[in-house]
Amino acid sequence: MRRSGLQLDVLHLYRECLRAITKKPQASQPRFRAFVRHEFTKHNLSPRDVQATEFLLRRGRRQLETYRNPNITDIHNWA
Amino acid sequence: MSSLTASATGRALLKGSRSVLTTPVWHRTSLRGMVTATQGAKAQHVETPAEHATAMGKALLNKTVSIYRWDPENPTEKPRMQEYVVDLNNCGPMMLDALIKIKNEIDPTLTFRRSCREGICGSCAMNINGANTLACLCKIERTESKQDKIYPLPHMYVIKDLVPDMTYFYKQYKSIQPYLQYKTPPPADSENLQSIAERKKLDGLYECILCACCSTSCPSYWWNQDEYLGPAVLLQSYRWMADSRDQFGPERRAKLQNPFSVYRCHTIMNCTRTCPKGLNPGLAIAEIKKLMAAE
Repeated sequence: MRRSGLQLDVLHLYRECLRAITKKPQASQPRFRAFVRHEFTKHNLSPRDVQATEFLLRRGRRQLETYRNPNITDIHNWA
Repeated sequence: MSSLTASATGRALLKGSRSVLTTPVWHRTSLRGMVTATQGAKAQHVETPAEHATAMGKALLNKTVSIYRWDPENPTEKPRMQEYVVDLNNCGPMMLDALIKIKNEIDPTLTFRRSCREGICGSCAMNINGANTLACLCKIERTESKQDKIYPLPHMYVIKDLVPDMTYFYKQYKSIQPYLQYKTPPPADSENLQSIAERKKLDGLYECILCACCSTSCPSYWWNQDEYLGPAVLLQSYRWMADSRDQFGPERRAKLQNPFSVYRCHTIMNCTRTCPKGLNPGLAIAEIKKLMAAE
């Protein structure tokens, strides 16, 4: 499957998120994983919604930077 | 705020009294009580804001303000302009007053940053009628015919409506290390003194409130935001170089010694024209260049 640059960016971000989860305590990892999945699936965008995807990408990167902080060890009630 | 709620209830009461004489007694007395408290002379009639304006010898002055709207909750929707009509005779003199009035009375979903309402916090920086200024320092032109247009700061990512994403701007500010650095620390038991002449060098630099009006008005910054620091950050950079107590001037300049950080400034001078505090970032950048050329 041939993907656009933007689609690859989204996949890279998803991968980075999953990698960041491995730094979290074992017990809370499933919750983080569910959170990431939810954040990525909750928007129903077409590949043509470039502006919207770009915006969500920026927001996602910002969120990743925040949650990556080692002081954050668990996550609850996000849905 | 209290006067607004009073006039709103006033209107409600007026509607009640229009249904003629059938108004219950308690209603009429409360109405009369309110009137004597505020006007005294007029017995039964409570004014609407419009009538109040004419009574004060001022006609309605309806100004149309057209504002950029974009909602991140529906990211697939395109940004649009929304028009609001504000009566200037019932509103403060500044653009921020109009925005707050719109948010309070017409559309509570309108989003913008504001804090001090007197030009010292730099929160309400936005593009008003094509120029970047602080909404709290921008007077509304009192003509009905001309429409005012308000956009967020240009070439910044928008978070919502008039709120731009300043993350990168603040990161750049952090990168210039905006604090005193010493090689030989000052004596711990006494103050770190400056002469009057040395302090004078900081005038015109320390007043910067980092509203980002200048940076976002600079075409060089629009095209090279990732590498060029921009006038606001460079002004701050010079502020720490010019400080007599700071001992890392050469190191600070060495950091800027590349084709982008400073030298993307082509003295377009939009920064100086737009600065709502009347500072001169263009001059500060020129001073940095001068110092760097001498080294």
